[in-house]
Amino acid sequence: MKLLLSWLREYVDVDLPVPELARRLIDATAEVESWETIGADWDPERIRVAQVVAIEPHPNADRLRLATVETGAGRQQVVCGAPNVAVGQKVAFATEGALLVDGHTGEKAKLKLRPIRGVESAGMVLSEKELGLSDSHEGILVLPDDAVIGRPLVEQLGDVLFDISTWANRADLLGVLGLAREVSALVSRPLREPATSYSEGGPAIDSLASIVIQDPDLCPRFTASVIQGVTIGPSPAWMQERLLRHGMRPINNVVDITNYVMIETGQPLHAFDYDLVRGKTLIARRATPGEKLVTLDGVEREFDGQMVLVCDGEGAVSVAGVMGGGNSEVSERTTNVLLEVATWVPGNIRRTSMYLKLRSEASLRFEKGLGPEMVEFAHRRALHLFEQLTGGTISKGMIDVYPGKQPPRTIILPAARIEQVLGFAIATDDVRRIFTDLGFLCHHLPPDRYSVQPPYWRPDVLIADDLIEDLARIHGYDKLPATKLRGSLPEPEPRPVEDLRERVRDLAVGLGFQEIITYSLTEKQKLERVVAPEDVRRRAPLSVVNPVAARHTYLRTSLRAGLLETYAANRRQHDGPLRLFEVGQEFLPVEADLPHERKVFCGLVGGTRETRWAKAGEDRIDFFDAKGAAEAVLGALGIPGAFKAAVEYGLLEGHTARISAGKEAVGLVAQVHPETASAFDIDEPVFMVELWLEDLVRVLPERPAYLAPSRFPEMRHDLALLIDTATPASRLIDIVRSHRSGAVRVTADIFDEYRGKGVPEGKKSLAVAVRYQAEDRTLTDEDVARIETGLLKRLEKELGAVRR
Amino acid sequence: MTVSQAAPEDLRAEALAALSGATDEAALEQWRAEWLGRQDGRVTLLLRAVREQPADQRAAFGQAANAVKQALEAALGERQDALKQAALKTLSTTAALDVTLPGRPQTIGRLHPVTQTMRDCVKAFQEMGFRVAEGPEVEWSAYNFDAMRIPDDHPARDMWDTIWVDTLLNGERKMLLRTHTSPNQARVMERTPEPPVRVIVPGKCYRQEATDATHEWMLTQIEGLAVDEGVRMSDLKGVLYEFARKMFGQDRKVIFHHSYFPFVEPGVEMAMDCFICRGSGADCRTCHGTGWIEILGAGMVHPEIIENAGYDSARVTGFAFGLGVERVALLRWGIEDIRHFYANDLRFLGQF
Repeated sequence: MKLLLSWLREYVDVDLPVPELARRLIDATAEVESWETIGADWDPERIRVAQVVAIEPHPNADRLRLATVETGAGRQQVVCGAPNVAVGQKVAFATEGALLVDGHTGEKAKLKLRPIRGVESAGMVLSEKELGLSDSHEGILVLPDDAVIGRPLVEQLGDVLFDISTWANRADLLGVLGLAREVSALVSRPLREPATSYSEGGPAIDSLASIVIQDPDLCPRFTASVIQGVTIGPSPAWMQERLLRHGMRPINNVVDITNYVMIETGQPLHAFDYDLVRGKTLIARRATPGEKLVTLDGVEREFDGQMVLVCDGEGAVSVAGVMGGGNSEVSERTTNVLLEVATWVPGNIRRTSMYLKLRSEASLRFEKGLGPEMVEFAHRRALHLFEQLTGGTISKGMIDVYPGKQPPRTIILPAARIEQVLGFAIATDDVRRIFTDLGFLCHHLPPDRYSVQPPYWRPDVLIADDLIEDLARIHGYDKLPATKLRGSLPEPEPRPVEDLRERVRDLAVGLGFQEIITYSLTEKQKLERVVAPEDVRRRAPLSVVNPVAARHTYLRTSLRAGLLETYAANRRQHDGPLRLFEVGQEFLPVEADLPHERKVFCGLVGGTRETRWAKAGEDRIDFFDAKGAAEAVLGALGIPGAFKAAVEYGLLEGHTARISAGKEAVGLVAQVHPETASAFDIDEPVFMVELWLEDLVRVLPERPAYLAPSRFPEMRHDLALLIDTATPASRLIDIVRSHRSGAVRVTADIFDEYRGKGVPEGKKSLAVAVRYQAEDRTLTDEDVARIETGLLKRLEKELGAVRR
Repeated sequence: MTVSQAAPEDLRAEALAALSGATDEAALEQWRAEWLGRQDGRVTLLLRAVREQPADQRAAFGQAANAVKQALEAALGERQDALKQAALKTLSTTAALDVTLPGRPQTIGRLHPVTQTMRDCVKAFQEMGFRVAEGPEVEWSAYNFDAMRIPDDHPARDMWDTIWVDTLLNGERKMLLRTHTSPNQARVMERTPEPPVRVIVPGKCYRQEATDATHEWMLTQIEGLAVDEGVRMSDLKGVLYEFARKMFGQDRKVIFHHSYFPFVEPGVEMAMDCFICRGSGADCRTCHGTGWIEILGAGMVHPEIIENAGYDSARVTGFAFGLGVERVALLRWGIEDIRHFYANDLRFLGQF
C-alpha cells in the first residue's frame, strides 16, 4: 500500500517528522518499508509558483513563444517551447541556478540561462520531467488554480510517498482513511472523514434496477445505485495525480472515481455501463462449471462451480470481487452508470483469484476480509464524487440487499485479563482513550470490566485478546516490562536418538571431520546411484509438486549422494585430505502416512594424508582410516562393534564391512565403488562410514563398563602366527579374547600383517601382542608360558594357526 | 707392597691438568674412570695406600688424599655442569628453530556454522528452563496450517510459500515440507495433558521461494513455547531480552513492535539495537542505518490454540516465538550471503 502524506493530512493533522511518523506506524500498525520525498531537490528560493499573464510570438522562431509570468516578485519574460502554455495558468517557474532534470539527457544539472534565438529568458517554465515527477516532457506542468503565486513549489507540490506493508488481517489499512484512523489514534488528533453528501435528483432506484443475491453464503451484502447523464472525460488533475502515485492508471472520470474511493476507503467498487446491463438487474450467484467471461484485461476466463459471478438478465458481467467483464465496461459512449458496492466472502475471493491467477487491487482487499458495513460509507463517498465530477444525476435511494447483516459485536473485556496477558495494567482512562481514538465504543463496567464494540471497519477484532492487542500496540510496547518466567518446569522428554546424534557430531569433529549440511531435496537419478534397485523403499522417494528447481525434487532416501557431490565440489578447490560428514535424515516413504525420518551419520574421507609442507604428500588415506574413525566413534560411545565383510550396492566388494553391535547392524564402512564415485566426478579412492543412529541407540550402554586399573603388572608376549589368508584376523582376536585361564584375562591386538617371502603361499603372518592380566597377583613367566601353550593349541585346532 | 706413590698434591695437579683437556661427555667419563674409578682409579689407589703409611703419618696422608678426592669430584661436577650448559646454549643458538615454519598438521574438524549457532541458541534457552523437542520436517497441512489458525484460502498463507509433497490421500494433498516450526506448538501441547509447557523446537523448514543474499529455501528455525498459568507477554520480553544478551552481548536492548501471525494474539516482532554500530551508523551494513535489527516474530498463543490443546484459556496463557537460526548466524559473523551455508564450500565452512 502506498500512502501520500498530503492525502493522509486531509483526514488528520500530523506534523511529526517523517521518520518519527514511520517509526510510530511500524511500532503500532504496519511495516513502513520505505518512503520517498517528492520535491526533495526543489530549491525553495529558485523554484516557485508563478502565473502566465501574457503570451507573444517569438520574433525569430515559429515554435517558440515569449511568455510573461508574474512571479510574486515582479514580472519576467521567458522563452517557452511548450504547446500547452496559456494565459492564466499557474506554473512552476525556475530561475538561474535551480537544480533540474535536463529534459534531453535526463541528468540533474543546474539551470543556466542564455538567449534563445536572440531573446533573453529570465527563467524557465517547467515540465514534470524537469521536476523529476515523471518522464512527461510534452508540455509544462499546470498547477491547480488555487496555487499561491510566489510560493516555493516544494510547499505547493512537495510530498512524501510511503510504501507500507500491512498485515494480512487488516483490510481496512488498504485505504488511506484506515491508515488515517490509526495515525489519529497514535497522535491523539481528531479524524476528519471525507464528504459523503449528495443530492438524489434522479428517479427512484427501484424503477431503474434490481439486485438478487442467489447465494447469500458468499455475498453478505450488495448495494447499487444508478447515476444518469454522466459526461465521460478525464478526471481532475489532483485525482489523476493521486491515482498515479498509488500505482493506478487514470482512465476516465467514472472509473477513476471507483479506484479513488477504493484507495481512499479500502472498499472496492465497480461501475457498469447501465445501458449494457441486460434486464437492468444484477444477480450474485455461483458460476455454472465451465461458464466463461472475457474480463476487463481482455482475457477469457472459465469458472468452476465455487466461483461467484455477478450476472445480468442474460449472463455473467463480472467476476465478483475480482474483476469486471468487458461486456459491460464503462467507455466514452457511456451516459448512465450502475454502481456496485458489495461484500464477498474472503476465502472464496482468494480461492477464485488464485485459481484464475488473477489478483487485482479488489481481490487483494476482499480476501483480507472487509466489514460489510464499509460498503455504505464508500458508496456514499463515491456518489458525492460522481455528483461533483461527472455531471450525473443520482438515483433516489440505494438498493441494499444485506442477507449477512449481523448485530454489532460487543466484547466484554475484564480488566484483569489485560494484566494476565500483558503483565502490566493499563489505566482505565488510557483504555477508554485508546479505544475511543480507534473508533471503538467503550464502556467501563465498574468495577473491573469493559464493554467494547469494535467499529465496522475492524472485523478482525473478535475476542478480548484482540482488544488487548489494540491496547498494547497503541499504548506502546516500549512500556512493556521485561520480567522473568515464573512457575514450575515441565518434565523433560527423553531424546536418546537426538542426544546420540549430538555426541556423534562432536566425535566426528574430534576426528577431523568437517560437518556439512546439504539440501534434503535432490534428484532421483542421484539417489539411484547410491541406492540398490532392490531397496524398493529408497528407490521410490517422495517427490514435491513445486520444487524450487528440478534438482531439488525428491526427498533424499540416502545421505550419500549429497556428500559425494560436496566431496567432488571441494576436491576441485583442495589438494590433500578431505574428511566430511553430515548428520541428517533419510525420508523413507510410509504408506498413507508421513515418511519415516531416519537419522543417519554419513562420513566420507579420501585424498592424501596431511604433510607439513604445502603440497600433497604421497601417502593416501585408505579403508583403515575410515574404519579407524568408525572404531573411534564406537569406542567413545562404549559400543563394541564387529566388522564383517559385506557386499553392498555402490560400495566396492572386498573393501566393504558391515558394522554390527550385539544383534544390531549399525552401519557400514567401505570404499565407495569407483564407478559410483566417478558418476559424482570423483576420480580417486573415497571411503565412507555410515552409522544408523536409530539402530546404534539400541546398543548404546547407559554408561561405560568400568574396570578398576589393576594393582598388578600386565604381562605381554608377542606371537607371530600363520593362518590362511581367507581367515579374518578378527576370528583370531575373538578366540584370544574368549580364552580365559582361571582368573587371568587374555587380550590381544594385531600389530602387523605380512605376506610374501618366508610365508607359505595361501598363508599370512599376523603379529599379535598378547596381554595377560591377573587381578590377584603378579604373573610369573611360568604362568604366561602355561596359558600361552593352551592358547596356541586352541588356535591350531580352531584356525589351523601355527607359530612362525 | 711397594708402589711408587706420588705425593697427593702432585696427583691433584696432574689430574686437574688432565681434566682441563676433557671437552666432551666421553672424555669426562674416561677421566673419571682413570682418577676416581672404584676399582683402580688413581685417587682410589691413593686412598687405599693410606694404611701402608707409617702410623704417625697415616692421619696426615689420609687427610691429604681425601682432600684430593673431594677436589677432583668437585672439579668433575663443575666440568659436567659447564658441558651441560654449553649443550643447552647450543640448542638455543646454533640449533635454534625457525619457529615461523608451519606446524605438523593435526586434523580437527568443525561443526557447520548453523549447527554451532543452533547449539548456542538452544543452550541460551535451556539455561532458562526450556526443554528441547523435535518434530517432523515432512508435516501434515493440518498441523502446519489449520492447527495454527491458517485455514485454506486464508491470505496469511501468502506469508509461507509452501512446497507440497506430491502424494494424494483420499484425493487430497495433505503433506508438505513444513514452512515453519510452529506446528510443533500443537504437537507438543497435544502430548502434554497438563501445563506447564516450556519447550523449544529446533529444525529445518522449507519455503517455495527464490533465493538471494538474504533468502534461502531451506532454513533452520527454533520455535519457542511457554504455556502455563501466569505466563505473560512481559515474560516473553524477558526471555527474548535474555536471549539477545546471551547471543549478542550484555548491553543489548530489545524492542517489540506490532506484527501479525494468525496463531498469536497479540503478535509482535522483536528487534534489538544494532550491536555493530550501536545505532549510530548511517551506512551500517548490518542495520541499514536504522539502529535496529529485526530478529524474530513472537506473540501470545491464541486462546483458541490453548483451548484446542485441552487447556482452559481463561486460566492458562502462553507465549510463542520463532527464530531464524541462519539469520542469527549471518548477524554474529557478518556473513554477507545466506547461500554460503548450504553451498558447503570448505573455504567458507573452515572459518567457523
